[in-house]
Amino acid sequence: MSGMTMVEKIISRKVGRRVEPGEIIVVKLDYIVAHDGTAPLAIKVLEELGRPLYSPEKTVLVIDHTAPSPSSTISNIHSSMRKFARENGCIFYDIGNGICHQLMVENHVLPWMVIAGADSHTCTYGALGAFSAGFGSTDMGVAMATGSIWIKVPESIRVIMEGELKPPLSSKDTILWLLGEIGARGAIYKAIEFTGGGGSSMSVSSRLTLTNMVVEVGAKTGLCPVDGKTLAFLEEVGRSAAVNKLSPDSGAEYVDEILVDLSSLEPMIAKPPSVDNVCSVSEVEGLEVDQVFIGSCTNGRFEDLEVAARILKGKKVKTRLIVAPASRRVYLRAARSGVLDILVSAGAVVIPPGCGPCPGRHLGVLGDGEVCLSTQNRNFKGRMGNPKAEIFLSSPATAAASAVAGRIVDPRGWS
Amino acid sequence: MGIRGRVWKLGDDINTDLIISGRYKYDILDIKELAKHTFEDLDPELSRKVKPGDIIVAGQNFGCGSSREHAPLVIKALGVRAIVAESFARIFFRNAINVGLAAIECPGVTSIFEEGDVAEISLEKGIIRNLTRRVQLKFRRWPEIIYKIYLAGGLVEYLKQGGKLE
Repeated sequence: MSGMTMVEKIISRKVGRRVEPGEIIVVKLDYIVAHDGTAPLAIKVLEELGRPLYSPEKTVLVIDHTAPSPSSTISNIHSSMRKFARENGCIFYDIGNGICHQLMVENHVLPWMVIAGADSHTCTYGALGAFSAGFGSTDMGVAMATGSIWIKVPESIRVIMEGELKPPLSSKDTILWLLGEIGARGAIYKAIEFTGGGGSSMSVSSRLTLTNMVVEVGAKTGLCPVDGKTLAFLEEVGRSAAVNKLSPDSGAEYVDEILVDLSSLEPMIAKPPSVDNVCSVSEVEGLEVDQVFIGSCTNGRFEDLEVAARILKGKKVKTRLIVAPASRRVYLRAARSGVLDILVSAGAVVIPPGCGPCPGRHLGVLGDGEVCLSTQNRNFKGRMGNPKAEIFLSSPATAAASAVAGRIVDPRGWS
Repeated sequence: MGIRGRVWKLGDDINTDLIISGRYKYDILDIKELAKHTFEDLDPELSRKVKPGDIIVAGQNFGCGSSREHAPLVIKALGVRAIVAESFARIFFRNAINVGLAAIECPGVTSIFEEGDVAEISLEKGIIRNLTRRVQLKFRRWPEIIYKIYLAGGLVEYLKQGGKLE
C-alpha cells in the first residue's frame, strides 16, 4: 500500500479509516466559520431547516468584510448577526477584532483539525497543518445544523521549495510565481502541499500567505507540514498544545510535482484583471500608482507590516497608503514595537483590523482610472469597488517601496 | 428531465466578481433586485438581455473566486435554467447545485455552440444537443446524490423532504 499525502492523513484520522482521493465522505467539523458577507444567508438556511445550531462552541461568526459598517442596511445585517450569536451562544468577533482567517489561526485552529468556512480563503489554515476549505452559505447553514459536511478527498500536487528567498523577497513572490506557472485553473479540486527545505525555513506567517492563495489556482486547500515552527507559533499566540507532527509519507502519490529554487526568484507582480497574469516587477517598473494597500488575509500580519516599516522608515509616501492590520493582536504588536509610528509618520492611513478595501465596499474604494498596488489576493475587475480602476498584486516590500516612489519599483535596494 | 433554451456564450475564468460585484452584494438584500446587476462588469446589458429559460455555455473555471452564494442565486433569479461549462470552480459548482441551479461540466461544449443557438439537455442521458446546428455532445452524468438535490430544488428543500447526505 502506498504512502499518504498530508490531506489523506488528516481526513483518514478524522473518519477513522484510510481514505483515497476521489472518495466522497461525510466528515465531522472542528469549526464552522462565516462572516458578514456570508453568515446572513447561512443563518437563513439554518432557520429554513428549522433546526437548532448543532454546536455553538464550534461555530465562529466574524464581522470583518464591512467593519465598521458603511451603511444602515449593512448595520442591520450586523445587528442580526449579533442577535444570532447572543441567542445561540456561538463564538462571535465584532468589528475591530480582525479578519476571520487571522482570528481563526490565532485563536482556534490546531494541526489535524477539519474546518469549513463560508469564505473562499478558508484554505489558509493549512499552513498550520489543518484541512480547511471554503464553501457557500447553504453548505455552511447545513453544517451549522448537522455539524458535518460532505467532501471529496482531493488528489494532491506537491510543491517542493528548495533554497531560501533573498530578502526582501517573500512567500508572496513565491505564490505569485506559482500562479504564473500553473495558472488560475492549474489545481482545480486539488490540494497543494508545500514542502522542501525552503518551506521549513519559512515562518508560519509566510506559510499562511502561501496557503491563503491556493484557491487562486483553483485548489481546494493548501497544506504545510507541522514542525517546530508550527509549535513555536502556537506557543507565541498562547496556545501551546501537545500536537502530533505532520508530514507526507515518502511513498505518497501526487498528480504533479513542482520544484522551485526560491533563491532564483525575482519580485513578482500580478497585473489586472486576473491573478495569473503574472510577470516580474521589472517588467512593469515605472508605472504610476495612486493607492497602495498593505493588508488583507494574505499579507496583513505583523511580519508584513514590519517589512513595510523597514522600507518606509524616515521616508514619505508619494501615493495614498492604506494599512490594515489583520487582527487586533497584530495591531497592538505593531503599535508597541514602533512599527505603526514609522508607517503613520511616512504618511500611511491605518484603518481598523479587518478586510479593509479588498472586497470593495469601504475604506479605500478606487476612483475611475486609478491604479492600486495591493498585497491582497485578487485583482479581478471591480474587485475594490470600481470596474474602471486597475489592481496590481505584490508583496508588502514591493508595495511599500512603490508607495515611496509613487510608481511600481523593484523593492531590492529600498530597505 | 429535459432543459431546452437559447444559449448565451461566455468565456473562460468568469469570476464571482464579474457575476455579481462586491459593491452591490452587501447592500441589496433582495435577490431579484441584486440580479439586475448580474454580469454588469462583463456586459452591462447582459442581465436585461437574458430571458427566463435561457442557458449559459461557458469556458473553463466558471465561477472562480469568492464563495459568495449570491453568484448562482442571481443567475437563477434571471431565470437561467442551466450553466454548461468546460469546467467549474469547485465552490461555485457546489453552490449552484445547492440552490437548485443546474451546473453541468461538459468538456468541448464551447466548440459546438454559438450565441443564440438553441440547446437541449438531457440530464438522465448526459447529452447536450445543439438543435440549431444538429450536433451533440455527451457529458458525465451527475452522481445520484447531486441529481436528487437538484430535483428537490436545492439542498435545503432536499433535506426538508427527508433527504439524507450519507
